[in-house]
Amino acid sequence: METDKTTGIVETKYLTFAQPPEDLALESGEKLGPITLAYETYGSLNEGRTNAILLFHALSGDAHAAGYHQGDDSPGWWDGMIGPDKAFDTNKYFVICSNVIGGCMGSTGPSSMNPKTGCPFGLDFPIISIKDMINAQARLLDHLRIDKLLCVSGGSMGGMQALQWAVSYPTRVRSAIPIATTARHSPQQIAFNEVGRQAIMADPNWNNGGYYSGTPPTRGLSVARMVGHITYMSDASMAEKFGRRFKDRVENEKFEPDFEVEGYLQYRGDNFVKRFDANSYLYITKALDYFDLDNGKSLNQVLKGVKAKFLVIAFKSDWLYPAYQSREIVKACKLAGIDATYCELNSNYGHDAFLLEIEEQEYLVKHFLSNVVESNGNGKS
Amino acid sequence: MSNNDVKNIRMDHSVILDWVEEGSTVLELGCGGGDLLYLLSQRKKANVSGLEIDETSIFTCVSRGLSVSHQDIDEGLSEYADRAFDYVIINQCLQEVRKPHVALSEAVRVGKKAIVGFPNFAHYQTRIQLAFKGVAPVTPSLPYQWYDTPNLHFLSIKDFTGYCSKNNFSIEKRAFLGRTKLVHFWSNLLADSALFKISRKI
Repeated sequence: METDKTTGIVETKYLTFAQPPEDLALESGEKLGPITLAYETYGSLNEGRTNAILLFHALSGDAHAAGYHQGDDSPGWWDGMIGPDKAFDTNKYFVICSNVIGGCMGSTGPSSMNPKTGCPFGLDFPIISIKDMINAQARLLDHLRIDKLLCVSGGSMGGMQALQWAVSYPTRVRSAIPIATTARHSPQQIAFNEVGRQAIMADPNWNNGGYYSGTPPTRGLSVARMVGHITYMSDASMAEKFGRRFKDRVENEKFEPDFEVEGYLQYRGDNFVKRFDANSYLYITKALDYFDLDNGKSLNQVLKGVKAKFLVIAFKSDWLYPAYQSREIVKACKLAGIDATYCELNSNYGHDAFLLEIEEQEYLVKHFLSNVVESNGNGKS
Repeated sequence: MSNNDVKNIRMDHSVILDWVEEGSTVLELGCGGGDLLYLLSQRKKANVSGLEIDETSIFTCVSRGLSVSHQDIDEGLSEYADRAFDYVIINQCLQEVRKPHVALSEAVRVGKKAIVGFPNFAHYQTRIQLAFKGVAPVTPSLPYQWYDTPNLHFLSIKDFTGYCSKNNFSIEKRAFLGRTKLVHFWSNLLADSALFKISRKI
């Protein structure tokens, strides 16, 4: 285990808040409380409490973004970007990564205990939105006594949270780096999510979400994940990774996976069900599909009043969150008078590029952040 | 940021520095690595931003703290309101865009004024090479061979002034650049390149 350029051994922390009657009011009109949020922090908060950066994960991610958990061989999901001298430099910044409500990685979600019934929520869990996720995170920041964030950033669903933060809490965000994301889910994005949801709900073990005392719908969830993985890659990255190579087969049964790509998808699907809850997949994909930052108004109107400086990053081969969606964000920023920088990186990795193209992102993020710090040092806020 | 400071200022840049008032808002189309924008922000306290199509140049701009957008000028400037900037600059890339007329019309719409710089195709050296040698000219301001040039359009100073009067653009300032100093007469014959400050007649 190489720890010299990593944040070393880290631990996930948990905060429980929104105890009734101070429940969190959700966008749906329902209330949720108490709420537990899982989060991790790296680096240290400075005296003025001005160096905090809040990072957000994508659909299936968790709070463990960097460093190693005790006894683990693999680091957090964005370890290449977070650590000493890395893009989000833990020598300079206090980096927080927060899990989302609705999830199953230590935060309150459909698999959590419903205090009213003493059983897991299942489908009694209320519908949640990206806005609800960030409103819960705002309570976490209150708890950490961080009034203003130097930066909010994340890729994919993490980028949506960054955008929503900048819009919902304009006075608390000094800069935003939304990566490989969109201001609203497109019909194509909704369609892929729907296929995943239908696969889960078609699994007889799903049982209307009530499977916690029995067998979970692993086949359905695994198929959902397989569809997801196809959309995260590109034609070129799949060709490079698998070609038309055959995998080793023990016996020659019909329709057993022949090709490496089939074996890979099954492997990813099978692994996913070990760590992810099918109901959380339904809830979070719905939150993604409902996401619409402007809600029928024009995006630049919604961005009016946003104070944050933006760095928007997209990837040329990302066909799930195509670059035009990022360009639309940049365009709206400009119309709203927001200082925005945009870069469309060349990469073959498709949507996954935000997790893999570390070098280029590191360069952009590093310089962008030092500039944000500098412009603030000159008395501007 | 001393490592970013530009020591030898190019002649066209120093003309533009003279033309831009302190504290102006400036958008440069095809800003490259941001040499000019950086100078304008440092020396004129200008509020600058740029558009650029080359990824490496974007990286250089970001490292200098410049706001830059990775995009193709040929796709227009619809994200900017009329007269959003004091100046829109198109320096040495007008000849490379597919639709110069669109770029120029957008520049004088989005900028209260536009500053346009381009190589002069009617310089006597190009005339000689074309007329007497019968070859596509290669000169210091047009240094490319015909088969690997980024230039799509070739224009002279006379072409540009004619274009301005035809399109109702007023020319407020002009400068003609030779190899080492400004050119003050027979510019269409002697200048390697030209700079114009123009605006839309209201």
